[in-house]
Amino acid sequence: MTDTSRFGPATLGLHAGQSPDAEFGSRATPIHFTTSYVFPDCDTAAARFDLARTGHVYSRISNPTNAVLEERIAALEGGVGAIAVASGQAALHLAITTLMGAGGHVVASRALYGGSHNLLTYTLPRFGITTSFVDPADPAAWRAALRPETRLLFGETLGNPGLDVLDIPTVATIAHDAGLPLLVDSTLSSPALLRPIEHGADLVMHSATKFLGGHGVAVGGLLIDGGTFDWQASGRFPTLTEPYEGFHDMVFADESPVAAFLLRARREGLRDFGACLSPMNAFQILQGIETLSLRMARHVANARTVAEHLAAHEGVVSVAYPGLPGHRDHALAARLMPQGCGSVMSFELDGGRQAGRAFIEALRLFSHLANVGDAKSLVIHPASTTHFRMSAEELARAGIGEGTVRLSVGLEDPADLLADLDRGLAAAARAAGRTA
Amino acid sequence: MSGTAHIYRAGRPDAEGPVVVFVHGAGHDHSVWNLPARYLARHGYRVLAPDLPGHGQSAGPPLPSVEAMARWLLALLAEQGIAQATLAGHSMGSLIALEAAAQAGAAVEGLALIGTGVPMPVAPALIDAARDNRAKAHAMINQWSFSPGALIGRGAVPGQLAPVGNLRLMARQAEGVLHADLLACDAYQGGLEAAARVTCPVLIVCGQRDQMTPPRNLGSLGDALSRDASRLMIHTLDACGHAIMAEQPDALTDTLVHWRSSF
Repeated sequence: MTDTSRFGPATLGLHAGQSPDAEFGSRATPIHFTTSYVFPDCDTAAARFDLARTGHVYSRISNPTNAVLEERIAALEGGVGAIAVASGQAALHLAITTLMGAGGHVVASRALYGGSHNLLTYTLPRFGITTSFVDPADPAAWRAALRPETRLLFGETLGNPGLDVLDIPTVATIAHDAGLPLLVDSTLSSPALLRPIEHGADLVMHSATKFLGGHGVAVGGLLIDGGTFDWQASGRFPTLTEPYEGFHDMVFADESPVAAFLLRARREGLRDFGACLSPMNAFQILQGIETLSLRMARHVANARTVAEHLAAHEGVVSVAYPGLPGHRDHALAARLMPQGCGSVMSFELDGGRQAGRAFIEALRLFSHLANVGDAKSLVIHPASTTHFRMSAEELARAGIGEGTVRLSVGLEDPADLLADLDRGLAAAARAAGRTA
Repeated sequence: MSGTAHIYRAGRPDAEGPVVVFVHGAGHDHSVWNLPARYLARHGYRVLAPDLPGHGQSAGPPLPSVEAMARWLLALLAEQGIAQATLAGHSMGSLIALEAAAQAGAAVEGLALIGTGVPMPVAPALIDAARDNRAKAHAMINQWSFSPGALIGRGAVPGQLAPVGNLRLMARQAEGVLHADLLACDAYQGGLEAAARVTCPVLIVCGQRDQMTPPRNLGSLGDALSRDASRLMIHTLDACGHAIMAEQPDALTDTLVHWRSSF
């Protein structure tokens, strides 16, 4: 069972949010490929627009297939609800723009996915929202970065690609002491390994493209509201506690103290920014979530095998995987993620950029691409791809070297993965002028 | 009182028309009513859904008895200049509405009892948990409040999980509030006498799968209310638990509107 359900995560992953439909009894979730919904009468139409009756109006705002996905991930995370969006980036954007406008400020871990870093560093400042980046392991740095205009603290459960583990209880306490919410990107851990809300996070986001889907066929994002943050007591969120002229003068926190964030995010963010998820993608992500618990256990087992193999190899300078005893956050990972800390890791090859290129090009099973969390094993060289916009100094601050290689360990037979890595390591050694 | 009581008016503070007052239950606040309240507020009714003392945004300690809460409610309506109102209450709120209707006589023109039972004994284990282990009490309430389908299946509001919302709403109330509420429900013994004094039209809405206030326990209340059977309507919602507003809000709205428009 979880903190919010008597059912366990595997059961919720299969059942939460769906009941066989009344007309046909479909056991699988139907794909509601429709833009809009016929109103039975004018009165019902008006009531749905006014949030006086339940039901769907238009698929940019909500869709029955997407609703199953939203309720399923909310059940897995222990949230009061969720919103499915077009990508993980859309989820982050929706969270931020629901909470603040121009003049707002975010304090974020500096160990972030490159896309999030881009949004916070380059794009949002054009709209007046700025971010201070801090060492996620330094509580004093989080506190020192807070300003009167700060509206959100943000970090990743496992900082991509350095694999820093976010001390969620500590950062949540810092946030709450300041009357602010904590948003956690839980993409690399998934609710099968870590449920941030149970540790104090208020909002959780996912790139559902990764482990939740697992198959690598659908891009999508999810934003979950824990329903735990008291917007009225904070007094810093007029978007939720004052009348919104754009929606019947609704005071979202009065309408629903526990789901105010979701109401505003859907009625404004989805309505106006429009980054909705296709119901086909929602269906595909749901198929992935059905096996999430099983897959994550296998991902973790394979990742441990790979990490230990790499750590023992003479051609590898270091391995960043919190499951290894030598990682800075090993003890924290064991506390927050006792079932394992995912299957993404990075390591530094002896031989720098040349060795990195030779390694990647020699691999046959690991696919060289810009994604993680696929059932298939993946590899990438961050300095030349996901983080190429960052300066050498910024790269170093994020814990990335020129020879850093990131792996997302998949579900293949572990012996085959080790053989492939050994092939790459031999090529790297030759490129570096060493004898393999 | 006006300085300490928060009243939700469903977005229509200036609405005129017959007054409908929604009274929430134990450990809850006004927000449990937002869907039917919004609908009625846009269909010719003046809607008020107060937070009881100590609940939601209303200040003060929780009141110790159903009788005291009924007196508080009637005083609130008087302060608002309301001479006649229909009262709709859920669970503990249904006891408050019933007691208020008995106290107020003709000033209450209609009485809707939703998820009700008279008397309303509360399991000692739940009362103890509300005092000693709130999370355990909230889990017990959820287990008994939602139908099996609502505990894991599709929710009424797309993208929202009513059971988790219920946990969070109860967790927001101050320490001791739920315990006081449950003690008040358990101690209220005047319900059948109050029912015998009610003369206005009465609606009882019950969930077929309600484990908190099971429909099978409605007999004595029905007997007390049904001296004029034409004034009593009982409506059972199939596959619905005790959390009627969360599980079947539209069906509840339809039932309320149909009943209220009949007088």
